[in-house]
Amino acid sequence: MSEKDKIKTLLVKKPLKLDCGQTISDFPLAYETYGKLNDKKDNAILVFHALTGDQFASGTNPITKKDGWWNYALGPGKAIDTDKYFVIAANVIGGCMGSFGPSDINPKTKKPYGTNFPVITINDMVNAQYNLLEYFKIEKLFSVIGGSMGGMQVLQFVSNFPNKAHTAVPIACTASHSAQNIALNELGRQSIMADNNWQDGFYEEQNKQPDKGLAVARMAAHITYLSKAGLQEKFGRKLQERDDLKFSFDADFQIESYLRYQGSVFVDRFDANSYLYITRAMDYFDLTKKFGGNLSKAFEKSDTRFFIISFTSDWLYPTSENREIVIALNAIGKDVGFVEITSDKGHDSFLLDVPDFLNTVRNFLNKSYEKI
Amino acid sequence: MKKEFYNIANLVTKNAKILDVGCGNGELMKYITENISKDIRGIELSKSNVQKCVEKGLTVIEGDAEKDLRQFPDSSFDFVILSQTLQAFLDPENVLNELLRIGKKAIVSIPNFGHWKVRLHLLLKGTMPVTENLPNEWYNTPNLHMCTIKDFENYCKQRNIKINLKNLKFQNLVSELGIFILEK
Repeated sequence: MSEKDKIKTLLVKKPLKLDCGQTISDFPLAYETYGKLNDKKDNAILVFHALTGDQFASGTNPITKKDGWWNYALGPGKAIDTDKYFVIAANVIGGCMGSFGPSDINPKTKKPYGTNFPVITINDMVNAQYNLLEYFKIEKLFSVIGGSMGGMQVLQFVSNFPNKAHTAVPIACTASHSAQNIALNELGRQSIMADNNWQDGFYEEQNKQPDKGLAVARMAAHITYLSKAGLQEKFGRKLQERDDLKFSFDADFQIESYLRYQGSVFVDRFDANSYLYITRAMDYFDLTKKFGGNLSKAFEKSDTRFFIISFTSDWLYPTSENREIVIALNAIGKDVGFVEITSDKGHDSFLLDVPDFLNTVRNFLNKSYEKI
Repeated sequence: MKKEFYNIANLVTKNAKILDVGCGNGELMKYITENISKDIRGIELSKSNVQKCVEKGLTVIEGDAEKDLRQFPDSSFDFVILSQTLQAFLDPENVLNELLRIGKKAIVSIPNFGHWKVRLHLLLKGTMPVTENLPNEWYNTPNLHMCTIKDFENYCKQRNIKINLKNLKFQNLVSELGIFILEK
């Protein structure tokens, strides 16, 4: 079985008009499923991944051979229990795990799209994934769940399809990317573009890879996923396999070595152009824009039961930004719960073994499922 | 469940839209959900209590009533419940105004500092009263603004807040708790 055969793909024939004005059709949408859809088709959950995630949320990712990105939360007997629920996870368009993305071959030029790939948005990603409901003939999802960029997709999904999910769990996210978020993403993009191998985005046809730029982008981003206290506790000023400072620019400190490692393993699994396109989609995300700055209006027609979760040490998508979503929903009398989980693991908390978080998700889902 | 909660639950009407401010572990909300109205949600400051509410399948928002009532529109609930926490707020006057703004009716209970046991304790022992409803010492009590039933009635009178006495019996000397239905 070749690598590609391990990826399930839905060929979306229906034309999709993108926010940038272009229309795409006959494009691949890669997905994975966990658990079984029941006869009533009322146990389906659509899980949205974050910036560097993919459709392999649970078990072992057959391409990277690493654990699925949400292995702590999702699987048999876990918080999102696949013995009970049918979970669908798709790779976003613009991504690099089988969905339509910048490394696909442009039929007109017979070369990879590179930066000729259209700029996509969170709205486009969600609209593309909506096709999975039709494919699986699911009238209404039990839940839509995701953290970080996945949470943004949750919000966009409910806004676009107000009667298509009984519950929604946006985690550690925002309704509108802040200046700080945009700045950090721009840092990553500039790092990729500053790599000579990037070649204006047409590196693949020249058999080059902007690995150094992509690794630095990942290193910088990785810092934003952790908290100061978490970093200090894990690394402090500990030295890397040496007794004293070497008076050089080697990785003297463990934190340096750790970040270099994170950068180097990332380039093996992720495409630099996808990184540009997906961070751009996040930066363009502002759910209030279409509604004259009024976030409540984005949810006016929804009958979804919301549960919003943030983390104390997350400074990338802080509690205050998550609370704005709660406030917008309360302002129009929607059913919304909210909890801030105590964790020193920063933004990454939603991906890690944080028992309070996992229990909250489990309890919310299981109790809500009893009510539908 | 404590008796106070049965009393409060008896005051809300069938299928009313209710907010329980400072809902604790959700005991009262659960009872009301199962017996009177499913349209109920809570606000709670304590993270562990919020978890307990989620475990019960209740809709709860982690938040601080002093700041977070603002987000609810005027008259958005039929009843807003505040059980024995008014005296613990920094600015109880503001909280009361908010309760009466967002709720068509507010159900407020207060521990009565005018109860005879409290009076006797201070009179005979000369120390700050510690009772079942007021279990803390002076140095660790969360209660910043203790009042008596009479104080509270006077307060409402001065501000033209209507106290609906139907179904309620309480007296300054013999009631440990005062439960009031308030309307603007």
